[in-house]
Amino acid sequence: MKVHIKYFASIRESLGRGSERWDTSATTLGELRVALVQRDSLDNHPLAPGRAVRIALQQRMCEEDALLTPDCEVAFFPPVTGG
Amino acid sequence: MSKTPPRVRIQHGDFDVSREIAALHSHDPRVGAVCTFLGMVRDRNAQGEAHAASVQSLELEHYPGMTETSIERMIDEAHRRFDIFGARVVHRIGVLAPTEQVVLVAVTSAHRGESFQACEFLMDYLKTQAPFWKKEQTPHGAHWVDARVSDDAALARWGIAARNA
Repeated sequence: MKVHIKYFASIRESLGRGSERWDTSATTLGELRVALVQRDSLDNHPLAPGRAVRIALQQRMCEEDALLTPDCEVAFFPPVTGG
Repeated sequence: MSKTPPRVRIQHGDFDVSREIAALHSHDPRVGAVCTFLGMVRDRNAQGEAHAASVQSLELEHYPGMTETSIERMIDEAHRRFDIFGARVVHRIGVLAPTEQVVLVAVTSAHRGESFQACEFLMDYLKTQAPFWKKEQTPHGAHWVDARVSDDAALARWGIAARNA
C-alpha cells in the first residue's frame, strides 16, 4: 500500500530528504522501518535497529506494532527536545 | 465580534508576555490566579563544563500539524486533571539567540495551586511529547540536542510514561 513518510531533525538530515511517498508491502510501523533500512542500504542508517527513533502514525506517537492503512501519514524522528 | 483566541500558537516571531496574559484572563472575572512559565534560550548547553557558554544560536524545528494537535490534547488533559479556567501555549521556531524567549505556558484558575500544578504539568508534557527538535550552533559546529532522561522522569511524576529519551 502507499504511505506518506516524513522525516524530521537529525533523521531528515542523515537521509537528505524530508518526505516521500512509498508503495510498501509492510503492514506495521516496525516492518516499514525495517523495509526502509533494507531499501536504502546506507551505512549508519538513522532508522537501523538500536537507533533512537520515535514514530508517529497519523500525527500521533505510536509503537512499532501499530498497523499501517492506505495513504496513512508516518513520521520518523529522534526523541523530542522542545520547551 | 471577538472569536476565541487559539490556545496554541507556533510562530517564528517573538511574543509579548503581558498581552498573552491579558488575553487569557481579562474577560474572565472568575480568575484569581495566573501562572506562567517562560522558557529562554540559554548560552550553555547540557554537555558540561567543556562547552560552557558556547551556544551561539538555537534552531528549532517542529512537525507542522502534529505539534499543534499534540499540545491541544495536552491542554485538554490539563483541564481534566486540574480545576483551571484557561491555558495558552506559545512556542517559537526558527533560529533564536541566547536571551530570547522560546516558550510561554500560561494557565488561569481561581486559586494559585491549580494553575501552578497545571503549568508544570503542561511543561513536563511538552518537553517529552510535543514534536520539537533543537539544534545548537557552537564554535565547534552544530549539533542536535539530546533528549534528557530527567525530562521523562518529570512526566512520570504525573503518572504518565514518557518513553522519549
